[in-house]
Amino acid sequence: MSIVYNGSNDSKTFKDVFSTVIPQLCEKDPDVVYLDADLMSCIGMLKWAENNPDRAINCGIAEANMVGIASGMASAGMKPIVHSFGIFASRRVFDQAFLSAGYAKNDITVIGSDPGVCAAFNGGTHMPFEDTAIYRTLPGATVMDVCDTAMLAAVLEQSKDRAGVKYIRVARKNSVKVYGDDTEFEIGKGKLLKEGNDVLIVASGIMVAKALEAAKLLEAEGVSAAVVDMFTVKPIDFELLVQWAEKTGCAVVAENHNKIGGLCGAVCEFLASRHPVPVEFVAVEDEFGEVGPQDYLEKRFGLTAEHIVESAKMAISRK
Amino acid sequence: MTDEKLLKELNDFALDIRIATVECLKSRGFGHIGGSLSIADLLAVLYGSVMRYDPKNPKWPERDKLVCSKGHAGPGVYAALALKGFFPYEELKTLNEPGTNLPSHCDRNKTPGIDMTTGSLGQGTSLAVGIALGDKLKGRDSRTYLIVGDGEAVEGLVWEAAMFTAATKVTNLMWFIDWNKKQLDGYTKVINDHGDFRAKFEAFGFEAIQLDGNDIAQLYDAVTAPIGDKPRAIIMDTVKGKGVTEVEETFSNHSMNVPAEVFDRWLDELRARKEAQR
Ligand SMILES: Cc1ncc(C[n+]2csc(CCOP(=O)(O)OP(=O)(O)O)c2C)c(N)n1
Repeated sequence: MSIVYNGSNDSKTFKDVFSTVIPQLCEKDPDVVYLDADLMSCIGMLKWAENNPDRAINCGIAEANMVGIASGMASAGMKPIVHSFGIFASRRVFDQAFLSAGYAKNDITVIGSDPGVCAAFNGGTHMPFEDTAIYRTLPGATVMDVCDTAMLAAVLEQSKDRAGVKYIRVARKNSVKVYGDDTEFEIGKGKLLKEGNDVLIVASGIMVAKALEAAKLLEAEGVSAAVVDMFTVKPIDFELLVQWAEKTGCAVVAENHNKIGGLCGAVCEFLASRHPVPVEFVAVEDEFGEVGPQDYLEKRFGLTAEHIVESAKMAISRK
Repeated sequence: MTDEKLLKELNDFALDIRIATVECLKSRGFGHIGGSLSIADLLAVLYGSVMRYDPKNPKWPERDKLVCSKGHAGPGVYAALALKGFFPYEELKTLNEPGTNLPSHCDRNKTPGIDMTTGSLGQGTSLAVGIALGDKLKGRDSRTYLIVGDGEAVEGLVWEAAMFTAATKVTNLMWFIDWNKKQLDGYTKVINDHGDFRAKFEAFGFEAIQLDGNDIAQLYDAVTAPIGDKPRAIIMDTVKGKGVTEVEETFSNHSMNVPAEVFDRWLDELRARKEAQR
């Protein structure tokens, strides 16, 4: 693993990864097929799709139908990868994802783009603060909150042959680069990005870079924070979690999601039963989203490095 | 349509709506221009003469209601509402700013005059049925007007609501399909061909009319003709981006991101047309 984080943005966008990796997967594996619901251009897939109509299916604006079709295709031996914005890829399709895919054991990969505040100018109707929570309730599902392009390439590749429903929540534009492109990821295994003694910060998605920034700020104040990227929210890496909770004695969970039911919920469920410690949350209060630039929304919903610093101090004070 | 004066007034209003829409989008530099412009003529007919409302009392229960189920056309609707005095014209320039009352998708809790929250395509159709039914049960003679995108009409929900509208004879609800031939990724016919809208609505039990949806007189006549015992669906043959040549001619004109000079060029074209229309 190499961590290249220095606070600067990735030169690649997530769109770049979609438009190279999905075609590669289709080329290597004749069973892979990509389905979308009129948002191909939004993840850079339109051009390739037009040239590969057998492997790229635009279902039109009918997300539930798309997930049903994908599930049927899975039963016919295909390995479907479906995409829509996170709101539609979770709420709109969940009955199909739950029964037609999950319960019927038709294995599909679902990509939900623009998680949480990344939906920015599309506004509150398009801002999923609940998608992780929704998919966590699906037995056998794998739920991932992706932080950078190196990670996206890896989890796309691993998801296609993994059993169950795989839900990948990921932004579309570029974000802060965390990992070197040579980094290996294993679904279900968290990444320890920094060791520390005083507090454990568990983060996912866009909050990982902010957790590293917060750890730096804390270090300057003499507080030693461990940072874990828990990109697989389900199944969570409880060994890593318990190990570092034991070592530090308290935790902060940071995610671009409602604090109910997502990574915050997952961490607390496991810590409560294995190793209870004080936990603080840097996540969206029980609220709906709203429109605006992403940096404004991050402040509006309390998703900043400064919030992590404050919460870390609070967690330490509660030990 | 025989009233020449009204016709001219509505044509002017439609142009003003287009100008205000472009000004609104210019403030952020990007947004859903194509689908906002294609419905400008319908908005002019509805807000310019047909609908009953009070801009000073936007929640007046007896008003007629508009549900723009293709909620991304918010900027087009905001333009009409600002011009009719629901909020100051200058406010159009706050589109998508922090704390704005004008988010990219219609929001009934934010914008005076927006009757229903939409943005998740399809959902506005059931909501409109519910509004119309509720008004009926409350004994109001209000009407509800529902605008649905042709791409949106792939959602199964649209047809659930359509079946209910006809089966339950919700005649105080009028459907409009904005058949502008395009959705986000391209042509609706190529992506998931919906076939003959008029035949489909007729088969569902509607009185279905197909017309030039960018023609004020045709729209006015179809909207104001007496309603019989079947609900009416109007299939509007429109052009995505209608009124701004460069937008009409751009293939990917769903949401455009262009510099201020380009917006100004578009405004020049619209203003020149307004001048010529005098
Ligand atoms: C349920 C749902 N799926 C996807 C989207 C994203 N989206 C917004 S507009 C649009 C295309 C709409 O096409 P159409 O209904 O034809 O509208 P128009 O061309 O008139 O703008 C899409 C896919 C959405 N808002 N809601």
